[in-house]
Formats: sequence, structure tokens, C-alpha cells
Amino acid sequence: MNPIFKGGPSAQYRLVLVLIFSGSLMFFDHKMESFEGFRGVLHSIVSPMQYVANTPKQLMLWASENIISRRQLMKENQDYKIIELKLHEQLMQLDIFKLENDRLRLLLASPLRSEVKKMVAEILSVDSDPYTHQVVINRGANDGVYEGQPVIDEQGIVGQILHVGTTSSRVILITDISHAVPVRVRRNGIRLIANGAGRIDRLNHTHVSHSVDIQKGDLLVTSGLGGKYPEGYPVSLVTIIQKDLSRPFSQVHSQPVAKIDRLRYLLLLWPEKTTEVFAPRSQQQKRGKEQANVSK
Amino acid sequence: MLANNGIIILLTLLIALMASIMPMPLSIDAFRPDWVLVTLLYWSLAMPSKVNVITAWVMGFILDVLLGSILGIHAAAMAVSVYIIVVNFQKIRNFSLWQQAIIVGFSAALYHLIVFWLQRFLGDVVFLPSYLYPVITTIILWPWLFLLLRRIRRHFHIT
Repeated sequence: MNPIFKGGPSAQYRLVLVLIFSGSLMFFDHKMESFEGFRGVLHSIVSPMQYVANTPKQLMLWASENIISRRQLMKENQDYKIIELKLHEQLMQLDIFKLENDRLRLLLASPLRSEVKKMVAEILSVDSDPYTHQVVINRGANDGVYEGQPVIDEQGIVGQILHVGTTSSRVILITDISHAVPVRVRRNGIRLIANGAGRIDRLNHTHVSHSVDIQKGDLLVTSGLGGKYPEGYPVSLVTIIQKDLSRPFSQVHSQPVAKIDRLRYLLLLWPEKTTEVFAPRSQQQKRGKEQANVSK
Repeated sequence: MLANNGIIILLTLLIALMASIMPMPLSIDAFRPDWVLVTLLYWSLAMPSKVNVITAWVMGFILDVLLGSILGIHAAAMAVSVYIIVVNFQKIRNFSLWQQAIIVGFSAALYHLIVFWLQRFLGDVVFLPSYLYPVITTIILWPWLFLLLRRIRRHFHIT
């Protein structure tokens, strides 16, 4: 038996109640950012759903990988062997360069660059929300993932960790409208900021004056300023430069080099520390003393 | 809500939530129908005393967490869209399936516009017509999902 005039608050009352509640949630989440820890917990709670929702895609992938023909596999293997040979040759060169670079840096008394710890992660799901550019990966606090950690793919910078759950975490991509990366032009070292534009194939650069030497096709790499991203990873290629002199700044857009729309495997980086912009203090002092000795 | 096989309602909502986060190719992704909204609207038309604004808000909140948006945005939009249907449920029940589909379409459009307005208010997103593509698929989806869910409701005697 279903009573027609069942008790309970009316629909209007409920609506007002939930609207006030969601208004305050938005305020505290967006303006005060007081839910950072709580979101990690929420994320861990819903992560089983993400794993389940991901199974059809995983099944498809598994199936498509299992019905590859023998010939195709052999061809791929051949290709990989050739690529490995080439990369190996470059690696040998790189080892020599690295040693040389370390020696030179020692001579200049600048801090040595150290190897960073890395971990491979797989994409669990890509957001269907058109307003944000985020992906969920299958690594969480159990693997030592932390908030603000840089994430790359084989081409370049992808983004950074936004929320950490226990077994999965959320990555904000560099193309998200609320994200920015400090970069420099690899050719001449000019510093820029790469803002996400909310589009998968575009980054914006604001406050670029007309006199700056920047060309179409310039590669932008991370500058290491800001301390989030390690230095020197490729970010984007300059695609559009509009120098309209009636405007205060020229319009510069670039295209991310990472394949943002077809990500599958990602690499998490553990940079040693927040990269120091200045030389360590002891070395500076030593240098100062040396200079003082020289002047004597 | 859980009495009289009410758990089935929760199950359908859970499946709808999963359908709305399932990974899809980018070209189809823009047309993803609002599974959760449609399922909620069916249940709130069928039994407004059980599924109503509060349920809608909770589902919207879970969607917020799943999609990683600012907490409360989808929740508020979902609550308002469902509220308008719940208040007029006696009229809408008597409409034909396609008339209902049009109304559900309006409700979905309202839902997407509220989400956009709130995002616009809090961040600086720009409007693209593709944000309203899901409305089309939602209208097409409604009759089929309506028939399916009615079948489920009758089969499990959910009252």
C-alpha cells in the first residue's frame, strides 16, 4: 500500500536544501580548496567502479592483441629490433655526453643532475566531462604516487597528479584550462608560460612581447622553474604566431608533443627534490672565497 | 527505498553511473547520452515518493567525484533537472512516449546548461555547441530505456 499523502518534506524544501548544500560544497571545494585530503578518500571509494567500467575496453584490447597474426608480430619484432639498435647507438653516445656534462658542471660548480626514479602507469579511464581534461591511472598512494607529481609519455610532458587515491589517481593534463607549465624555447632559452586552452591540440602563451625571438616550429621544453616539472622535457611545438602590433602582446599558440588524445601508457617521475634554481650555498661561498683570493 | 526490491533501483543507477564513465573513442564520446539522468527521470516519474531530488543530488555528487569536477556542480544540476520533472510527474506520466522524450530532452539540455553556467562562473570555459550533442542521444535513448526499465520494474514488482 502506497499512501498518496506520504509524509516527508516537500520537493521545494528538498531542492532548496540540496542547492544550499551544493553551493557551499562548490565554495569550499573551489575557493577554499578544503577538500584536498577528502577527495583522495572519495577517489579511493569510487575507484572500484572505475576498474569495473574499464573492463570492456580491457577485454577489447586483450582480444585485439590476441588475434594479431604471426606475420604481423614478426614484422613488429623486426621493427623493434631496428629501433633498439638505433636507440642503443644513441645511448652509447649519451653516456659519454653525460660524463662530459657532469665534468663540465663540476668545473662550473653547478649542481649535478641526477637520475630520476620512474614508474610505468596505465590509463584507466579518460574523462567524459568536456570541461576538464583529466585521466585516471592505475597507480595510487600504495605505489608512492604523490600530489603534483609530473607525468610524461614517450613524447613529452602529459600533466601532473591532481588527486591521489589508494590504488588509482587522477592526472590533470597540460591542456586543461586551469593548468599551466613554465617552459622555455629550446633554441634560445626564452622563458614562457604554456597555459592549457581546454582544447586537446592547443596551448596558449600569454604576455609574449612583439620583440621576442620566437618562430613557428620552435620546440618548447620545461624550464624547471616552479619546481613541479624537471627541466628539459619537451612540451609543445609552436604552431601559430600572430604579431598584431595594435595589441599589447603577440598571440602565440603551440601544440603539445605528447599524444594527449591517444594516451595509454604513462611514465611517473620522481624528481630528486624540488629543483634548485640557484647553485647550492656552500659552493657559492667557496666560489666567493676563491674570487676573493684571486683579487688578492 | 530498499524495501520491495528497491535494491534493483540502486543497481540500475549504479550501472548508469558506470555507463557514463566507460572509456569511449573520442569521436563517439561527445554523443554519450546522460545515462544517470535518464535512469533517474524514469524512476522519479514511476515512483516520486522513493526517487526524488535527494537521490538525484547524491547521484550527481558521485558523478562529480567520478568525473573529477568541482564538487557540487553535477549534483546541483541533477537536482534541479529532476525537481522540475518530479513536480510535474502527474502530467508527464500521461504523455505519449515521444512527447516524454522531448521533455526529457529539455531536461537534459537544462542539465548541461546548468553545468556549463556553473563551470563558466567558477572557471573560464567557453561554450561549444558540442556540449549539447548528448541531448540528441538522450532523446533517442529515452523510449528504449523507458520500456526496459518498466519491464524491470514489473518483473521485480518494485512498488
